[in-house]
Amino acid sequence: MSGKPRLAVFKFASCDGCQLSLLDAEDELLAIAGAVEIAYFLEASSRVLPGPYDVTLVEGSITTPHDAERIQEVRRQSKFLMTIGACATSGGIQALRNWASSEEYLRAVYARPEYIRTLSTSTAIADHVKVDFELRGCPINHHQLVEVLSSLIAGRTPRTPNHSVCLDCKRRGTVCVTVAQGIPCIGPVTHAGCGALCPHFDRGCYGCYGPAAQANPSSLNDWWMQHGHAPQQLVPLMRNFNGYAPSFRSESERLERMAATSHSSDQVGGNDK
Amino acid sequence: MTNLPLQTTWFLPRGELSRLIETLRADGYEVVGPTVDQGAIVYSEIRSTDDLPKGWTETQGPGQYRLERRTDDAYFGFTVGPHSWKKYLFPPLVTVSTAERTPDGWSISDGKNDPPKYAFLGVRACELAAIAVQDRTFLHGPYVDPVYKARRDQAFIIAVNCTQAASTCFCTSMGTGPRCTRGFDLALTELPAGFLVEVGSPAGEALAARLPLVEAAEDHTREAEARRQNAVDQIQRRMDTTGIRDLLLQNLEHPRWSDVAQRCLSCTNCTMVCPTCFCHSVRDVSDLTGDQARRERQWDSCFNLDFSYMNGGPVRNDVRSRYRQWLTHKLASWFDQFDVSGCVGCGRCITWCPVGIDLTEEVAAIRSSDGLQRPPVSPAAT
Ligand code: SF4
Ligand code: SF4
Ligand code: SF4
Repeated sequence: MSGKPRLAVFKFASCDGCQLSLLDAEDELLAIAGAVEIAYFLEASSRVLPGPYDVTLVEGSITTPHDAERIQEVRRQSKFLMTIGACATSGGIQALRNWASSEEYLRAVYARPEYIRTLSTSTAIADHVKVDFELRGCPINHHQLVEVLSSLIAGRTPRTPNHSVCLDCKRRGTVCVTVAQGIPCIGPVTHAGCGALCPHFDRGCYGCYGPAAQANPSSLNDWWMQHGHAPQQLVPLMRNFNGYAPSFRSESERLERMAATSHSSDQVGGNDK
Repeated sequence: MTNLPLQTTWFLPRGELSRLIETLRADGYEVVGPTVDQGAIVYSEIRSTDDLPKGWTETQGPGQYRLERRTDDAYFGFTVGPHSWKKYLFPPLVTVSTAERTPDGWSISDGKNDPPKYAFLGVRACELAAIAVQDRTFLHGPYVDPVYKARRDQAFIIAVNCTQAASTCFCTSMGTGPRCTRGFDLALTELPAGFLVEVGSPAGEALAARLPLVEAAEDHTREAEARRQNAVDQIQRRMDTTGIRDLLLQNLEHPRWSDVAQRCLSCTNCTMVCPTCFCHSVRDVSDLTGDQARRERQWDSCFNLDFSYMNGGPVRNDVRSRYRQWLTHKLASWFDQFDVSGCVGCGRCITWCPVGIDLTEEVAAIRSSDGLQRPPVSPAAT
């Protein structure tokens, strides 16, 4: 066996986009392949080597009883386990099921729902096993992935800044779409990583990288509610690819409670008229 | 204005503004100035008068900026926007050095530092003051920043006197404007027929000599005075700066800091748009092989959790302490460090805060209950 670190990539409930980001890193791919031994990466190679692995990348969330067991085995085989992407880190877009009835979905979607064994929730890998490093994004940014891998290879601490998207807007000279155009943007509470892509194209941030460090989404939503947005309209902004990340989750639930209260008081108001 | 270095006042007919831009460009300057882009008036390269925001203005308020049409076709009928000149003098990202592994060890070189010669067109009084504040930081301390210096030394500054003010402006409280009195090569006041031109330096004098200027008529001077007064009259926002350093430093435990922390997003926008904020971080970036590395300097902010990270943890571990750090640095400890206020009253941090936090209100709130929360002097303490 060579002395190179052994790399494995495992997939759980996900779209494969994050693994593709690794394959997308065309300029660096050969260097990565040269610096590590790719022991398990089905998206790239059918060669499958047994563990243990030095660095394991995990994509996807836990949505089935089988996956809940499989992640335990992956953890046992991995020295350093890093989640890649929103699904693995916060449950992904499929965590919307956590606020709905998966039974109903099963009946609506599958002809023979009795063949499907699924959990009622989609949860982050860290809810099941210890995670050594989280790489955010939907999908991840391949420059960040390369930075993390090179750090691990070089034995230094990876750097993935946890500040807001706004800082990157300002560094690149993008004019704030919220202040100048009134577009609700969740960049101020969203973790950096994309280089402020959406505001650069005149869109509000979708929150692909999840909550920034010590995010304060309640203040942002309170501001928009003071400026004519109804709480119910703001829920989808919080419930996106990272809707089940704790800070976004508690905020969307707060907004829903406010919507319920304002709805019932609207009805009272309506009766008064 | 007694403190204008040179007194002669000239007039540049409106149609000749293009000559100013052409002359500077012919002299090798990259002219940068205001232009309409992304729903705002930003600073960018100006190739001709067509690039200027002719007939545009804006309204501003806490957390809000809207571009609007003017009823006339003034070139400079607006106030400061999201950009400031610091993006040219103190760029958001620079490579300060590069390193390459060679058989004989590391070979280290300075980053490239040959910026264009900039001519800044349309610098407002508060912005002149902001440049002077950053000069103290980058040029007049024990360490001279070569990146800033290379840009600053060559810069040619054409100031423009404000003839209107935004609701967020408070330069009169900070003693920085709206009249441009120093720190420029030329200063313009826009009138419908042209520009009143004041000369502020030998370089400005030399350039003025090559422009089709005529001597300013008395009614031009009078009209310019009236228009500048209009800006003064429009300024509504105030900040009482009496004893402001001590006020803030003696109220470090004031409950208002917790109140503002409830609202603040710690998003960094205020520091990014502030023309005097200079915080940055330096990081080393290497390729996968580790044979090539570069050291980058990037804009950073005291609002970032990691900015105060040391010895295994952040020193300012909540929004309250980060907002307090920002405001007390701007308005208090800046005096100790640089002998000047860190705030010039441009109002950008008020407009570009996504939740409209207004530092003048925060200071007023602390002042209105100054001392209430100072720890009582213990009688046993003698
Ligand atoms: S556009 Fe969004 S991310 Fe960018 S500065 Fe504005 S609020 Fe922040
Ligand atoms: S603190 Fe605010 S008002 Fe003062 S100079 Fe900075 S951006 Fe302008
Ligand atoms: S004061 Fe406003 S702009 Fe500054 S960090 Fe707080 S929320 Fe962001």
